[in-house]
Amino acid sequence: MPETERVSLADVRRVAELSNLDLTADEEPRMRRDLNAILGYVAQLSELDTAQVEPMAQVSEVLAVAGESATEKLSVLREDQVRPCLDRALVMASAPETDGVFFKVPKVIER
Amino acid sequence: MSTATAAGSIEGIRSAIAKGETTAKAVVEIYQARIAGEDEKIRAFLSTDRDYALAQAARIDDLAAKGDPLPKLAGVPFGIKDVLTLEGFAATAGSKILEGYRPPYTATAVKKLADAGAVFLGKLNCDEFAMGSSNENSAYGPVHNPHDLDRVPGGSSGGSAAAVAAGMAVATLGTDTGGSIRQPASFCGVVGVLPTYGRVSRYGLIAFASSLDRIGPFAATVRDAATVLGVIAGNDVMDATSSQLPVPDYAETLDKYADQGVKGMKLGVPAEYFAEGLDAEVRAAIEGGIEKLRAAGAEIRKISLPHTRYAIPTYYVIATAEASSNLARFDGVRYGLRAPQSDTLATMYRRTRDLGFGAEVKRRILLGTYVLSHGYYDAYYKKAQQVRRLLTEDFLAAFGEVDAILTPTAPTPAFKLGEKSDDPVAMYLADIYTVTASLAGICGVSVPCGKSRTGLPIGMQILGKHFDESTIFRVGQALESL
Repeated sequence: MPETERVSLADVRRVAELSNLDLTADEEPRMRRDLNAILGYVAQLSELDTAQVEPMAQVSEVLAVAGESATEKLSVLREDQVRPCLDRALVMASAPETDGVFFKVPKVIER
Repeated sequence: MSTATAAGSIEGIRSAIAKGETTAKAVVEIYQARIAGEDEKIRAFLSTDRDYALAQAARIDDLAAKGDPLPKLAGVPFGIKDVLTLEGFAATAGSKILEGYRPPYTATAVKKLADAGAVFLGKLNCDEFAMGSSNENSAYGPVHNPHDLDRVPGGSSGGSAAAVAAGMAVATLGTDTGGSIRQPASFCGVVGVLPTYGRVSRYGLIAFASSLDRIGPFAATVRDAATVLGVIAGNDVMDATSSQLPVPDYAETLDKYADQGVKGMKLGVPAEYFAEGLDAEVRAAIEGGIEKLRAAGAEIRKISLPHTRYAIPTYYVIATAEASSNLARFDGVRYGLRAPQSDTLATMYRRTRDLGFGAEVKRRILLGTYVLSHGYYDAYYKKAQQVRRLLTEDFLAAFGEVDAILTPTAPTPAFKLGEKSDDPVAMYLADIYTVTASLAGICGVSVPCGKSRTGLPIGMQILGKHFDESTIFRVGQALESL
């Protein structure tokens, strides 16, 4: 499959919907072009045989494997304790619309 | 153009205030005047607050008047990248979607600076949500490189680098996810530090890619940058990824090795970082710097980091996947922008995000969503995580042989504004030498190492083992002195 065909306009619309983005008619072909260019470049990863390689999600995994006693502390979790949280009035002061207790939003269910 | 050399040092300012030779107020006013004079052209600051800085300075002057000991950063003028929060101050992250937002809390790193007596001049421009290599993705306009106003300062912490380079701040905080401290430090001719992942708490950092994001300092010298890192580093209950390892006294290390320099050290030079795509002048400058370190007594060893060429594709899969998740929170409900007159919640989400996000942020959210989506997860995201491990193991093996690794920070000096803004892949390649350390979690620093014929700064990247910032500072200090 030619690299320019990797992502279709329908794919762009699908991921735009998944990520709650409204793309304009101008943006859709441009994003398609860019995603194809980037994914075409990313395709070189398939040259590597990684069948026996564990995925690495966090740096701490590697340090734990290295087994250095000093770095083991990285994976220690704190005690689960009740602590004060941010002041509600301060938080609500930043909200676009609020009644002081709740965030207000447009209606949730479409009819 | 005033340059970093015209700026005061941290210890110079602190001791001058302590001895009564100047006041914190006088110091901050000098920097505020520089901002007033220079920043119309450079555009490093997104917001300033004259009175807030003067009030912080007054507290230092009160201490000095009483003869009390002054804290480490007493009276030192700082700027803060606008992805970090300071309670009550705008924090835009360079995005329209956070316009008007006043965070109700202060980032740990920022609070530690304040507690150490720093004075905050203002918040600094950056690429939107720290996504970019040129600062051209800021919703508030690009920053201009103080060495050539037609060129970019690098990104995403372009404002943080340019402010120090133009003498508008003694030190600044930036953030680095794939090179966003080191690359602008190189382009602007200042020192920029990528601390080890976990060294500095990210509480109060507006997240981009959480397995990669780090906070670090910019300064004119390695010593000043090391002093700032010493202040902001350490464990924090508010960030579960912050390390409990003790923070060394970096200044003490620098004093200890001031005479010895790099004598007896083993420094690795990876062939993969000197291959195709490296600008000839950058190559000459870095090779010149390496020769100086050899002449100063370091043993230079050729090494190989064989998976280097896979780093950029790996990075852009992992970083965008994490970004697509982190940026889901910007929905017009709790803070920032909300698109007006939407009749349903779903419409409000989409219209808010359409109005609020710029093109690069949308591109990365779409890419990240695509690589995580059904049918593509194994081919892209899982694959990238596997290659991330291979890249990391490259470094762990290399550090079995050498104390630190020397590379160019960026393949070219600062490029022209607009030069790469229509080609995302070309722009991403500006990070080719920096994303590897980001993925591996190791530490690094960019230190000025010569200039191009036209006077553009070139930076050498010095990479070190996890939690071994002392060693890269030692090498950096030696390079500065040669």
